[in-house]
Amino acid sequence: MSFFEIENLSLSFGGVKAVDGVNFAMEKGEVFTIVGPNGAGKSTIFNMISSFYAPDEGHIRFKGEDITEARADAIARIGIARTFQNIELFEHSTLLQNLLIGREIHNRVPVLRQLIFDPGVRRAELEHRRKVEDVIDFLELAHYRDERIANLPYGVRKKIELGRALCVEPELLLLDEPASGLNPEETEDMGFWIDDIKNDLGISVLMIEHDMSLVNEVSDRVLALNNGCVIAEGSAQEVQNHPDVVAAYLGGAA
Amino acid sequence: MRVLFKTDYNQDIKFAKHSGYVFWYGLLLAGVFLAPMALDTYWINELTRVLIYALAGLGLMVVTGFTGQVSLGHAAFMAIGAYTHAFLLTQGVPFFVSLPIAALTSGVVGLLIAIPASRMTGLYLTIASLAFAIVVEDVVIHWEGVTGGNRGMAVDPPMLFGYEIFEAWEYYYIVLVLLIMSIILVLNVLRSPLGRSMLAVRDSEISAESLGIRVARTKVLAFLISAALTGLAGGLFAHFIQFLSPETFGILLSIQLLLMIVVGGLGTVHGAIYGAVLIGFLEATISIMKDWLPPAIGNQPGLEPGLFGVILVLFIIFEPEGVYGRWLKFRTFLENFPFYRRNTFKRQRSYLKTERMR
Ligand SMILES: Nc1ncnc2c1ncn2[C@@H]1O[C@H](COP(=O)(O)OP(=O)(O)O)[C@@H](O)[C@H]1O
Ligand SMILES: [Mg+2]
Repeated sequence: MSFFEIENLSLSFGGVKAVDGVNFAMEKGEVFTIVGPNGAGKSTIFNMISSFYAPDEGHIRFKGEDITEARADAIARIGIARTFQNIELFEHSTLLQNLLIGREIHNRVPVLRQLIFDPGVRRAELEHRRKVEDVIDFLELAHYRDERIANLPYGVRKKIELGRALCVEPELLLLDEPASGLNPEETEDMGFWIDDIKNDLGISVLMIEHDMSLVNEVSDRVLALNNGCVIAEGSAQEVQNHPDVVAAYLGGAA
Repeated sequence: MRVLFKTDYNQDIKFAKHSGYVFWYGLLLAGVFLAPMALDTYWINELTRVLIYALAGLGLMVVTGFTGQVSLGHAAFMAIGAYTHAFLLTQGVPFFVSLPIAALTSGVVGLLIAIPASRMTGLYLTIASLAFAIVVEDVVIHWEGVTGGNRGMAVDPPMLFGYEIFEAWEYYYIVLVLLIMSIILVLNVLRSPLGRSMLAVRDSEISAESLGIRVARTKVLAFLISAALTGLAGGLFAHFIQFLSPETFGILLSIQLLLMIVVGGLGTVHGAIYGAVLIGFLEATISIMKDWLPPAIGNQPGLEPGLFGVILVLFIIFEPEGVYGRWLKFRTFLENFPFYRRNTFKRQRSYLKTERMR
């Protein structure tokens, strides 16, 4: 039994087979990267893991448990958090509020007590705040703590979204193109953080990424996808030099 | 320019974030508590009306401003609160028992309609809320045994522990205290996980879900709290107007409530209060203007809703953050003078939303 397994996963949109019989497995503590040209079906796999889409066929297993049918709002409780390709932050709220929302699954206080806001609620809030501040320190976001997201630049938002996922304290973190839209310096930082997330926080990472320097730097294993099908799997070097992968990227560029 | 040094996480939880809050809100509180001593009955009544609107608007704010579900039927919750309260009073139930029951009844109705409505989004939900309001109006007309139907229903002044509340200033204080309690309740929601979930659901349902927020449950709870507060306002309104009839709680009132929170500033408690003050002021102005205008215009039946509609549209186009948003910008300008950057509040639109799901 692997830590996280995708088995024969398929999904069509109308006539388009977005994901076509994909299999892979990753182990605890790994950074596992999916690469492939645009439209290969990478984000669709993430959206099936998040239960936003139900697969036509196949299974998703996490620590031996079949989570294919789990509700979308149960995935975080199971231990899986994610970021989005196009950043889905709560725009009108501050950075601090965004990260506090990431603590949702750790909230145990019943609604009625929240309305009264008794001292127990305050204690719980302070506890969440301390966890959030750890993440703010970790990602060096203190400068923006009370800024509204709508006023912040893209690179910072990308970091905040990563931070919000970390506030969930997941066992598995899904990152959908964490470096897209970042400049080379920010991309390098992202690489360090992913390493720290793996090594210091002990969180396994399943990542979609185009930036090959980042993929080479952090990935333990790489899977290449094209037209919904797996075309190669192995180390970053092996996958990059695989003739089908080269062809897929050249074909995709044409 | 004020630079805040934060030394304690409690500072972000407390209502009064710094000494300026204590001073200005203390002044405001003193003002509203002392107001009846300086005003005559007419103006005390006008103020009471504003407080009741503020309470109803606060309710609508929870559902529309915090959770992003636009309701065009909130007058119906005022109707449910008002008629339930008035009916219970005729059955001999005491004021301070009947009022919470009325609020709760309205809240439970809100909860029941929210269960199917929370699956709808945007325009569909708004249309459903409108339909709901029409149904409630119909029920009020036809359930004559309880509501008096089209003949209407008189409401007696409240009796408190055998003492009849007859004076305008006495009722003003009852309304004021209940409004303050409701504001505290809503502020508590906002600083709790529930309030954060509401804002999350409003801004991005999919990322809310991916963080474990139960979207439907959050919307239903918002409706429950919202309908209860607006129902409470309805119960208080019943004594204020002293006579209930079905057309009191029509579409015009619903539009007025929506106008209030949009003009005041969506998504904040301030917005509901500012909106109520402005609408109260507007209503008074319109009724004065009516005497000045030539009768052909002044007596047009659609004058008020027409004006409200125009103002609503103007605000949505030019100042979507409402009067409170405008005030925040002005204050920032003053605090940073002469260093204000023109684009401080300009929203960044530098990224694509094209691949967003749903
Ligand atoms: N909600 C959707 N409706 C219809 N087609 C979709 C939807 N989401 C993705 N697709 C299609 O599925 C294919 C894979 O998309 P996606 O998984 O986003 O690719 P990528 O590998 O670039 O992340 C594309 O052809 C895309 O157009
Ligand atoms: Mg993608």
